[in-house]
Amino acid sequence: MSRIAAVFSALRDQGRQALIPFVTAGDPDPATTLPLMHAMVEAGADIIELGVPFSDPMADGPVIQRASERALRHHIALHDVIDMVRRFRETDQATPVVLMGYLNPLEAMGYETFAEAAAEAGVDGVLTVDIPPEEAATFVPAMKSNGIDPIFLLAPTSNRARIERITATASGFVYYVSLKGVTGAGNLSLDSVRAKLAEIRSCTDLPVGVGFGIKDATTAAAMAGFADAVVVGSALVSRIEANPDDVQKAVAEIKALLSEMRTAMDAD
Amino acid sequence: MRYDVQNNEIRLTDLPDEHGHFGPYGGIFVAETLMEPLDELRVAYERYLSDPEFLAELDADLQHYVGRPSPIYHAERLSRELGGAQIYLKREDLNHTGAHKINNTVGQALLAKRMGKTRIIAETGAGQHGVATATVAARLGLECVVYMGEVDVARQEANVYRMRLLGAEVRSVASGSKTLKDALNEAMRDWVSNVDDTFYIIGTVAGPHPYPAMVRDFQAVIGREAREQMLAMTGRLPDALLACVGGGSNAIGLFFPFLEDRGVALYGVEAAGDGLETGHHAAPLCAGTPGVLHGNRTYLMEDRDGQIIETHSISAGLDYPGVGPEHAWLKDSGRANYVAVTDGEALQAFHRLTRTEGIIPALESSHAIAQAIKMAPTMDREQILLVNLSGRGDKDMHTVAAREGMKI
Repeated sequence: MSRIAAVFSALRDQGRQALIPFVTAGDPDPATTLPLMHAMVEAGADIIELGVPFSDPMADGPVIQRASERALRHHIALHDVIDMVRRFRETDQATPVVLMGYLNPLEAMGYETFAEAAAEAGVDGVLTVDIPPEEAATFVPAMKSNGIDPIFLLAPTSNRARIERITATASGFVYYVSLKGVTGAGNLSLDSVRAKLAEIRSCTDLPVGVGFGIKDATTAAAMAGFADAVVVGSALVSRIEANPDDVQKAVAEIKALLSEMRTAMDAD
Repeated sequence: MRYDVQNNEIRLTDLPDEHGHFGPYGGIFVAETLMEPLDELRVAYERYLSDPEFLAELDADLQHYVGRPSPIYHAERLSRELGGAQIYLKREDLNHTGAHKINNTVGQALLAKRMGKTRIIAETGAGQHGVATATVAARLGLECVVYMGEVDVARQEANVYRMRLLGAEVRSVASGSKTLKDALNEAMRDWVSNVDDTFYIIGTVAGPHPYPAMVRDFQAVIGREAREQMLAMTGRLPDALLACVGGGSNAIGLFFPFLEDRGVALYGVEAAGDGLETGHHAAPLCAGTPGVLHGNRTYLMEDRDGQIIETHSISAGLDYPGVGPEHAWLKDSGRANYVAVTDGEALQAFHRLTRTEGIIPALESSHAIAQAIKMAPTMDREQILLVNLSGRGDKDMHTVAAREGMKI
């Protein structure tokens, strides 16, 4: 069983939901990422989404755009991110890591080269925002043959035919984008998410994560009422931005917010 | 990643395929939220571009509002001075708003109206597409937001003012390199957040399918007219067509109706900026590699890690790290040639056309003129070069004056 499947299976047995924090690799500097990953696991993270910085993050709001820019000032490339996962695995063999980003860095490295290197380093899944299944005929087999789960997005605009197609292509879990907008947006509607998740579940047994616009423990707990996983990104990354001269404080604030979310999600 | 060119029997004019592919290029590479809106747009585009009523309305607008057909002008004095091929100019600079961009915005705005969208957004580099979009939005009474990089806002003040006069909101984009590519990112972010009521008018033959095909189809009026006009004026087709290529909409608009005329050579002219060897340029076809950006696979200016690198051109309209996927295909298939001219060469051509013909070209179009000036003397007097004069140079007065140490 893959690390991702094992985590969801264990949580399901416990009647709990996964907490998935997102941070951008190399933000605000390369030295912070590894200790931050371990700190997030301590604070209750079940799976880590590690953002691969990209020069043109079209689907991201301003907070994660700026995180990418900070990381790129240190020239963090895809192979550096893979190296960070390799070092994370030296002391944590249990927590799945999903790389999240855009297609072009993977195109530049080559799908097969990437998948082999990522698998060897201990990467469990890859979520590439700008590759729909229609364009993924060589991408998906390259990932799956190396044991990497290709994780796909579903959106409020996805009709039933698309949901069926995407869930048939994806493995690990699927990621429901909870609103029409970019990461960190503020127009989240719980009722519409609940309705869409019911439709998605009627098409697949894959775990369903929900992300975009989840900012606090209350929302995280509400989402955990009907999703299998809650993804939180901009709210964490904004802590890094708020403490430009004090990385320790940023890490402490991220831990505190995750702990709050964890407690709230496990409360009911 | 490298691609083999398939040498198959497909007619060049049959592309793209139903998924928007031109050989290995094009396609749809966007986040899931936009897949359904793009499909809705594709259906509307396919329906209306074969709908006689829509086409009649479009033709009437092109004639009475844009001022089409645009003339073809024989630049006799310039040709005589160069002592070789005869240079003809397709005068897109004489269109309403001063460039070819309006052909596409008129078309997409009519489509937006048919689709019941009430809000228009656009990205712009030099400001020509932004002005052309603000213009049609004003005419149709649609709300209009134009995204423009901070750097371009500073170097194209006059166009920013024009857009505001027309009632558009110009939003300055401060992320990334603060130029056209970042304006496009921001417009995409707006679209994904407002898909229900918003129509995104992309200004060039890039972006996800159906944009490259749709924008080409709206711009192909340039080549259709030019083909007839040249036959009427000279009794034959030109030996070569020349057009500048940023995203490549004026070039594809001119080239497309000539693609099956294999005797007509095609030259797309990219911006070599300070020179291809310096790395400070905007010439992905001449010096880039294939990758994925802004919804399609095409040639890009990127580093070895797949990050998009900052481009440089004196002309804001060519200052873009990608290029339309159909151009990528025409390059690999060998049907079109892509060359590049420097800022300096473009400026010389700008002055030369101005002083010999009394026509002040846009800095973008000056790149195509520069290539014609290089090629004409190597050809016979009976040969013909047709250059797409895609826009007029009024917007560039400040840029040229500043570059030459003058203040106006």
